[in-house]
Amino acid sequence: MARQAYETHEHDVIVIGAGGAGLRAAIEAAAQGVSVGLVCKSLLGKAHTVMAEGGIAAALGNVWPEDNWQVHFRDTMRGGKMLNNWRMAQLHAQEAPERVLELERWGALFDRTKDGRILQRDFGGHRYARLAHVGDRTGLEMIRTLQYHGIHQGIDVYMECKVERLLKDGDRVTGAFGYWRNTGQFVLFKAKAVVLATGGIGKAWKITSNSWEYTGDGHAMALWAGADLIDMEFVQFHPTGMVWPPSVRGILVTEGVRGDGGTLKNNTGERFMFNYIPEFFKGETADNEAEADRWYADKKNNRRTPDLLPRDEVARAINSEVKAGRGSPHGGVFLDIATRRPGDYITKRLPSMYHQFKELADVDITKEPMEVGPTCHYVMGGVRVDADTTQATVKGLFAAGECAGGMHGSNRLGGNSLSDLLVFGRRAGQYAALHAKDFGGRLTVDNAQLESIAQETLAPLTRAHGENPYAIQAELQDVMQNLVGIIRNETDMKTALKKLEVLKDRASKARVDGGRTYNPGWHTALDLVSLLAVAECSTLAALERKESRGGHTRDDHPYTDDTWGTVNVAVRLRSGQLQISREPLPQMPAELKALFERK
Amino acid sequence: MPIFTMRVFRGDARGGEFKDYNVEAEEGMVVLDVIHRIQATQAVDLACRWNCKAGKCGSCSAEINGKPRLMCMTRMNLFPEGDIISVAPIRTFPLVRDLVTDVSYNYEKAKQVPPLRLKPPEPDGTYRMFQEDIDRIQEFHKCIECFLCQDVCHVIRDHEELKKSFSGPRFFIKIAGLDMHPLDTVDRREFVGRQAGIGFCNITKCCSEVCPEHIHITDNGIIPMKERMADNYDPLVWLLRKFRGHKKQPA
Repeated sequence: MARQAYETHEHDVIVIGAGGAGLRAAIEAAAQGVSVGLVCKSLLGKAHTVMAEGGIAAALGNVWPEDNWQVHFRDTMRGGKMLNNWRMAQLHAQEAPERVLELERWGALFDRTKDGRILQRDFGGHRYARLAHVGDRTGLEMIRTLQYHGIHQGIDVYMECKVERLLKDGDRVTGAFGYWRNTGQFVLFKAKAVVLATGGIGKAWKITSNSWEYTGDGHAMALWAGADLIDMEFVQFHPTGMVWPPSVRGILVTEGVRGDGGTLKNNTGERFMFNYIPEFFKGETADNEAEADRWYADKKNNRRTPDLLPRDEVARAINSEVKAGRGSPHGGVFLDIATRRPGDYITKRLPSMYHQFKELADVDITKEPMEVGPTCHYVMGGVRVDADTTQATVKGLFAAGECAGGMHGSNRLGGNSLSDLLVFGRRAGQYAALHAKDFGGRLTVDNAQLESIAQETLAPLTRAHGENPYAIQAELQDVMQNLVGIIRNETDMKTALKKLEVLKDRASKARVDGGRTYNPGWHTALDLVSLLAVAECSTLAALERKESRGGHTRDDHPYTDDTWGTVNVAVRLRSGQLQISREPLPQMPAELKALFERK
Repeated sequence: MPIFTMRVFRGDARGGEFKDYNVEAEEGMVVLDVIHRIQATQAVDLACRWNCKAGKCGSCSAEINGKPRLMCMTRMNLFPEGDIISVAPIRTFPLVRDLVTDVSYNYEKAKQVPPLRLKPPEPDGTYRMFQEDIDRIQEFHKCIECFLCQDVCHVIRDHEELKKSFSGPRFFIKIAGLDMHPLDTVDRREFVGRQAGIGFCNITKCCSEVCPEHIHITDNGIIPMKERMADNYDPLVWLLRKFRGHKKQPA
């Protein structure tokens, strides 16, 4: 068959994904003087970052001068149960404050301290009030700031454009191939470097805070291009998602509610978190209500409330309370700020939570408690990258934000995501630009691949018979929710793998009515391929790690095992087969190790 | 479970028509849930935009029973059981397909707004701003860019010939936010008059009425801006400025 001519764009750097990490990467690459294309699945400014609520963690020291990058680094590593890539955690803690100040210079208006500096709020696992924020809509402020700064930097933006595959020339990534969602027509990007900033994989679970976009596209494309993924077993279930009514189940309730004084209660009115303080955090956590309540105002003489333990701890505690029959009427627990803070304080600090509960659940959070329960929120695992340069294990490929792995170890602290996006988004842009400048030889892609990708892409529209992709997606979500959820075991996960095999086969035969013009059924059928691939990686890695740690809890291996504390589980594709390996954790230098010996 | 008839627009730039779908709606469901149910069970290719499903991203704008709204924030219990509910794309922008429109006009207008240019920082390299000085700008920053205000604006809706020199309410509050920024040094008045076309706005407040974030677009954004513009053309102010000099530099 004669090769078709596809619409082609050539750039030094292509960034895939336009949330916080992608936008920041594109801005940085443009600042380095190279030509940049930014490709995103939705309209610009609609990416998942927009939904982030609580804030950006950065040791600015505006509220607590005692705070500094070492304390932030220590909190991050402990929150990740020491499985983080120490160098990423260090760079993150060191560079986050400057990234926040930079956002302010680009127009972001954070809430203020009395002396006119950026106000910081308390969040789980952070020793000091550390999150720069705008009420409970920090992500919106961040994406809008980056978006409006970005559009003046000479970046070409390709909106509602879905990338299907990365393209290589020999061993290096040199482009990407996808389609315009509006028209269904194909588009080819040639680039000297590609940055993945595609976010997470949360759409593989049924109860999730993630939108339709979170289908692991970047994770899967990196895998198919030969790159390693690490830590895929670690999936964060945010402790507080809405549970009622059913149609809003999973929508996020910010940790800021607890940061600002809210507390979790069971159906007897007990503040049950005091019963779930793990040994690891005993030294820094209040064991009685009086001390916990004093802590909000006096952090020097009191220990932190257990309501603000890291998310994995709180999610498991809620899960246990509900299982023990002490849950709320709709299968969650109560989150009460109404009896603890004045109404006008609540509406000022948490305006969008107030609005969300009022509009969607008929609950006035200044008068009644909320009902909350765990919701799939974030994947710690992702593309294995070099800490300083964000380069993947394949040349020319970079990754930042949620689709990159290592930074958060086995569990991410709240607020560390937005800062991660900025710190590593910038680094990805910087080093991708450098890579492009050093690029030797001609920029070519293997054209032979294109025709077969194009045919595969069109297959759901051209098949005579086949299943509805929405039905397959819903079954996948059930499988992951029920068998690879908050609490896992070998039997369930082996069953899950078998079911995933069947679903992969069914997905490869899905059929969609209608044409190529803005056809969400078709898009769902295509996204299902990457979603199934990442679900399989996550399950395989979870089966491999025979212990419980952070966002990976097994009732057949309920304890944390030190021998597993020295390795990451990596997944890679070789000759069409997924391979699992244990990779030794990079060793932390002595001066950083010393930070953990202090109390 | 109550059953509703959803009368959904199906079609593209070449034309189209409303099609009826009978759908069950459970407690708490919003219009977007029902649209998703139609996609999953009856019309797999029904086109609509959505992302957050919590009123934060502004993707799922539509005209529901003729009213511009976010589908994700419109509860089904607003309508009596058995009702026929029409869902149409926002009317002002060119249709792509079904409920999806081409909103690129807004992205073009966004690029034209002269960006922030800051004063020099404090000696420590950072800036000071006080909460009371940014409260009113933070109201504008709540904008989720759903473009419902742009959809109902008479100038954009009915005057194709003015679109070239008119930005619309979304961008009036964007500009107002920049102008009121305590650290900004840019004078955007000429831009506001000539390119953003604020003079065409006749303050009918339709934009404020449909804003899902309840931003006082007209009262807090457009009217103060019109007043500043009037200032600009005041010969006395012009004379004073001659002697005292501009506070802000032209864009």
